[in-house]
Amino acid sequence: MAEFVMPTLGSDMTEGTLVEWKKKVGDRVTKGEIIAEVDTEKSAIEVESFYTGIIQQLITQPGETVPVGTVMAIIDEAGSPMEQVKAKTEAKPRKESAPSPASEPIVPPLPEPGRVRISPAAKQLAADLHIDPSALKGTGPGGAITLDDVRAAAAVSMKEPTTVAVDRQARMRETIAAAMARSKREIPHYYLSTAIDMGKAMAWLKDENLKRSVTDRLLYGVLLMKAVALALRQVPELNALWKGSAAVQSSDIHVGVAVSLRQGGLVAPAIHHTDKHSLGELMTRFQDVVKRARAGTLRSSEFSDPTITVTSLGEQGVETVFGVIYPPQVALVGFGKVVERPWVVGGEVVSRPVVTASLSADHRVTDGHRGAVFLSVVDRLLQEPAQL
Amino acid sequence: MIKMTYREAVRAGLREALLNDPRVFLMGEDVGQYGGAYACSKGFLEEFGPERIRDTPLSESTFVGAGIGAALGGMRPIVEVMTVNFSLLALDQIVNNAATIRHMSGGQFNIPLVVRMATGAGRQVAAQHSHSLEGWYAHIPGITVLTPATVTDARGMLLTALKEPDPVFIFEHAYLYPMEGEFDEDALPVDITRAAVRRQGEDVSLITFGGSLWKALQAAEMLASAEIDAEVVDLRVLRPLDQATVLASVKKTHRAVVIDEGWRTGSFAAEISAQIMEGAFYDLDGPVARVCSAEVPIPYPKHLEDAALPQPETIVTAVRNLKG
Amino acid sequence: MTASIHRDHGLELLRQMLRIRRFEEKCAELYSLGKIRGFLHLYIGEEAVASGAMPCFRSEDAIVGTYREHGHALIRGTPMGPLMAELYGKATGCARGRGGSMHFFDASRRFYGGLAIVGGGLPVAVGLALADKMQKLARVTACFFGDGAVAEGEFHESLNLAALWKLPVLFLCENNLYAMGTTLGRHQSQTDIAKKADAYAIPAEAVDGMDVLAVESATQQAVDFVRQGGGPYLIEYRTYRFRAHSMYDAELYRTKDEVAQWKQRDPIASFEQYLRANGSLHADEVQKVETAITAEIEEAVAFAEAAPWEPIEDLTKDVYTPRQAEASVKIK
Repeated sequence: MAEFVMPTLGSDMTEGTLVEWKKKVGDRVTKGEIIAEVDTEKSAIEVESFYTGIIQQLITQPGETVPVGTVMAIIDEAGSPMEQVKAKTEAKPRKESAPSPASEPIVPPLPEPGRVRISPAAKQLAADLHIDPSALKGTGPGGAITLDDVRAAAAVSMKEPTTVAVDRQARMRETIAAAMARSKREIPHYYLSTAIDMGKAMAWLKDENLKRSVTDRLLYGVLLMKAVALALRQVPELNALWKGSAAVQSSDIHVGVAVSLRQGGLVAPAIHHTDKHSLGELMTRFQDVVKRARAGTLRSSEFSDPTITVTSLGEQGVETVFGVIYPPQVALVGFGKVVERPWVVGGEVVSRPVVTASLSADHRVTDGHRGAVFLSVVDRLLQEPAQL
Repeated sequence: MIKMTYREAVRAGLREALLNDPRVFLMGEDVGQYGGAYACSKGFLEEFGPERIRDTPLSESTFVGAGIGAALGGMRPIVEVMTVNFSLLALDQIVNNAATIRHMSGGQFNIPLVVRMATGAGRQVAAQHSHSLEGWYAHIPGITVLTPATVTDARGMLLTALKEPDPVFIFEHAYLYPMEGEFDEDALPVDITRAAVRRQGEDVSLITFGGSLWKALQAAEMLASAEIDAEVVDLRVLRPLDQATVLASVKKTHRAVVIDEGWRTGSFAAEISAQIMEGAFYDLDGPVARVCSAEVPIPYPKHLEDAALPQPETIVTAVRNLKG
Repeated sequence: MTASIHRDHGLELLRQMLRIRRFEEKCAELYSLGKIRGFLHLYIGEEAVASGAMPCFRSEDAIVGTYREHGHALIRGTPMGPLMAELYGKATGCARGRGGSMHFFDASRRFYGGLAIVGGGLPVAVGLALADKMQKLARVTACFFGDGAVAEGEFHESLNLAALWKLPVLFLCENNLYAMGTTLGRHQSQTDIAKKADAYAIPAEAVDGMDVLAVESATQQAVDFVRQGGGPYLIEYRTYRFRAHSMYDAELYRTKDEVAQWKQRDPIASFEQYLRANGSLHADEVQKVETAITAEIEEAVAFAEAAPWEPIEDLTKDVYTPRQAEASVKIK
């Protein structure tokens, strides 16, 4: 018995379609004789039998597509003089395969003593966070310090126990000092401010909160945050990071919210994708981030990812904020306290809740005109609170 | 120390090779009666006769292929392809035969062939005679690619190449032939496996080869007056590349500028840059910079040709940009 | 076929043609089973050329073949086992399995490939002949190529250089009428290939490549001429391949009638007939030969099946000759 299998008809063939049998069951076929026509991706080809004998069975039907090596017919070779020609080796095709390459470990070159192996991105982040790379243990190739190592170090430094509180506070002060000094040294700030009528926003908020359970109630701060995030979509130049010699706009909007810590100091963790969350979701995230900021359990990405900072000092009774940009960001938005003010509506002086929004922006990146557009968009968005 | 030109050095090497080994012969276009397009074989026909100094028809593919065959047949041929520009006509023999036969035959055959050719721009001979394609050749495993830049290497590399069992391609920069240099007689035979640090420095590594070596050295002098201490690495051998010398230099200076007369896109400089990235990434203090030829066919007028090629001034600028 | 030949010699020619035919039939079968991969250019139909021509060369002569070189290697004497193992890609192949069907090499028999770029072998053959001439060795180089190669520049350059330098090389064109799927008349303005040699002042002749005796006689005379210092010589063997260009194709470029007509001139069947008619072949002799060949093939397949694969650690071995321990030399 011999098996006629779907032959390999080219170096790139994996399957073939039987077009027709040139023989029928009971026919005699001789070695080298055409037994079938097979269609490959390239063309239809007449294929030969490598055996002589009587066709016992035709298994594959015309029109069927089968993989190479599939048994298509059985040929009875009994009595065939060519029997002995057939080698004992026509085992199933491609069962046996050559050894496959072992994945070769890439051995990183040994670090040179005395030089810190740190990736450029990690180096930049460490500088931004004022972390000394030489004190870090790298987990990258050859012990290199990676971005994650710096982030982890930043997170740990926020979690250190209170026994070293003084140290930690001192370090945080140093960090703030360095960042703010760098900001004032390098960034040519310009400042704009505008008073925004919060009447509609506050009224909407009051109604909205009536519908919500006590724990789900919104603070007006999240409306401000959301308005800033949506305004950035229209003035994306402000949602950028300064990279050496130019600003690179960020495709995502991660507003960093300034949180002052009880023991002193300040962090501004990111609320990721601020523009994409509902107000309720933002409220939850905001509360979570404030809680964790005060507990010292912020994630490293929350430190490194903000693309702009929003600071609200209303609680302290301040009306106007003149903020200092947190490098490498290129803008900071400040909000003061919402106060009742005389306001002219339709020629009449009325009392309205008003907030002063201010923008500190990097003059290397934007000019006052774009900054003004931004603040006016924030204003407009706050006049339609239901859309936020 | 003896003073001689690069051309005299090549000629001295060829003559020595012909005198040393009866299996050595020279063939190529106009190597005989004409004395060589660059006069590197002047007088050889009279001295060694037409059997060993063979003028060939203008058929690069066949006389390079005949070099392969003669090497397989027991000779030590030196094939002169007049310039790299014409070597394109012999690419089939170089890439499909010279480079493959040893491996493809399971190590049964090796091809002790030396092919020399002039390369490079800078002589106002326009776009079809100004190619710098040694980087292309360095892409091909199975051959060795040498770029002698000094008179010592111009002579010595040829002699060492003739001792190699496998094909060696020597790219002589046409601009260098009239250059005079000091020839060190003790230097024979020269190594053809390693790069050489031609100038020690601390602040930046200028990595280059062939005709650009002298521009890099000139740039290093200009930088020295600005108190930038540049190290100059002459690669000498493009394949197999001496990665260790390159990485050691970069690990010392932490900055690298690669100078390559080839076009920037897909250049040998790109390969060096990648190898630095793989081997010395954490030692870098800034991105690897490249000074290459502009992406144009090399033009004829001098001011345009100069502008198209790496120059000491452009190297200095690249270093300054890197230093910030 | 008029020449009378010695009975043993006739039987040997028949046996060699059959060895090629049966070996390649086995190759086709093993290809369809996926044992042999890649390109597989079979020589079936052209056996008279290698069988008639190859024995005219001495062991010290050099052979340069093409990608359709199984027959030449077999007749040259490379055992079938290493050839089959090469087709399998196994380490005991005649080129450690690195080349496969198109790249048979055998240094011990001066068999220089298996060079599979059309026309690319001619310059190498010219160089081998140049080396012989310069070393004053009475060796010749046989350079096989197909009708497709005559369109390449390297054909013309090589004929010119070999004639110019009077080199001991035989240009042996196996004209099977098709450059892959392009028939001679569709790519050559002058289809009489032998005539092309005139332009280079090279003596040439065309012979019937389906007639092993004609091949043998023409080749022997040419080899004698070249070996005696006459310079290069060109022979055009007019032959035909019965199978597709490489293993399988749809053969859209020729008719079944044409193939059938050529098959009537099958070099093996017609030679067998000739021998029988001459009374040079005894009744059961062919069967005996067939049985022996079957055994040889079975043994070769078993050898290839059992052969080891080259270890992956040896992947880059032989790209360059391993360097000796380096003497320390200075760079100045």
